[in-house]
Amino acid sequence: MEDDGRLAKKRETLWKRARMIRAIRDFFTSRDYLEVETPYLIPALIPETHIDAISCGDWFLHTSPELHMKRLLAAGYPRIFQICKCFRDGERGSCHLPEFTMLEWYCRGMDYRKLMKECEELIVSVAGDLGCGDVINYQGRAIGLQRPWESISVREAFACYAPMSMDKAVTENCFDEIMVSSIEPRLGLTQPTFIYDYPVSGSALAKEKKDDFALAERFELYMGGKEIANACSELTDSKEHHRRFLNVNKYRHSIGKSIYPISERFLQDISAIPEAAGIALGVDRLAMIFCDSSAIDCVVAFAPEFL
Amino acid sequence: MDNEPYIVTEFNFVKPGKGQALYRSKLRNMITGAQFERTFRSADTFEPADLQQKKMQYLYREQGKYCFMDSESYEQVFLTEDQVGEAKNFLIDNLEAEILFFEDRPLEVSLPNFVDLVVIRADPWAKGDSVSGKTKPVTLQTGYQIHVPPFVEEGEKIRVDTRSGEYLTRVKD
Repeated sequence: MEDDGRLAKKRETLWKRARMIRAIRDFFTSRDYLEVETPYLIPALIPETHIDAISCGDWFLHTSPELHMKRLLAAGYPRIFQICKCFRDGERGSCHLPEFTMLEWYCRGMDYRKLMKECEELIVSVAGDLGCGDVINYQGRAIGLQRPWESISVREAFACYAPMSMDKAVTENCFDEIMVSSIEPRLGLTQPTFIYDYPVSGSALAKEKKDDFALAERFELYMGGKEIANACSELTDSKEHHRRFLNVNKYRHSIGKSIYPISERFLQDISAIPEAAGIALGVDRLAMIFCDSSAIDCVVAFAPEFL
Repeated sequence: MDNEPYIVTEFNFVKPGKGQALYRSKLRNMITGAQFERTFRSADTFEPADLQQKKMQYLYREQGKYCFMDSESYEQVFLTEDQVGEAKNFLIDNLEAEILFFEDRPLEVSLPNFVDLVVIRADPWAKGDSVSGKTKPVTLQTGYQIHVPPFVEEGEKIRVDTRSGEYLTRVKD
């Protein structure tokens, strides 16, 4: 019965989390987004350099609903959203669970700049429904929600916070290390922060910027030093998709990781994909912010260690 | 790492958006005591530090150094005040302790959980003190000050928990 006390203490948090998810649904429903459900169990996935899938028989548990939501987008569904579980092998930390809840939405005719605006509107609307007003208190700091929010390019963030420039970090193969140690902890502390224009090398399916092919039209949202969402203007070229998939698999193979089957149907469908932007938002992380929790364990009833 | 032993004091899995899995860690150099943060990749590997524990007897303190002796080989080693740390409050002559070595260098000392020490200074017991459940400060033979029940008197031996530094009981020889 040891567990009972632990679960009982989560009552307030679990209620707040449920109210937050309801507020998210209300937001999208009121904007004419169709709520969709795509399969968790899939035969092929979008290969990502640093995301490992969990195998299930000959198939996989999806690592994100991206592949099938894009097929819907290509098939003429212009505004879709989904709140679902995703599965990623080996991801466990104070902000990571191997099974976590993701909100993903796609909108035809948008680019990543317009998507930032919609992202602001979503979080302000959810905060309003939760009765937070325009300030969220997180871990002893006040995160102000008054718009517009701070937005900083990755290159500027390196110039402000890092010991070297972004280009040097990419060349010297320490981009990720600098992001986690020098940059991420400083983002979104007094207001939510968008960080945008990532090096194209780490942006699987983002479109390149027209005026700088080394950069991808991708942004992330940070609140309280934590990554909350990742978004991009979607790549629309089917051949480029195929080329990037092969490159990722080649790289995965070179570092001894398994390579993933590529979905031919996706490549076929994607040739019809319209100009669009899409975003994935970690529902558990957003709940951490609204519930003032320092660890992801606090905002779910059962972390894997309690199963 | 870099031919010196480190102890990991904090460890967290992190993953920057679309980036690789990293481990943000806090480390302490077991020789210098220096603490710092370091980020590792999941493929990074390290040799386990070659650490050994040896039972040794505490002999004496001289010029801020603490001398311990291996009772079989009679080999003697010296630990600094920093290395001995809180243990200095409980070190009495001939006490047997475990010394942790990295190669031939002594790093730290771990004491038995319980050590018996003599009270060398205590205020006399005043009537009524035991009723109120108060404690009083006394000084032990090592110079360590500790709170004990009021009935403990000068010259008596008490048992102390070396992990918490707290009084346990009186001991009759």
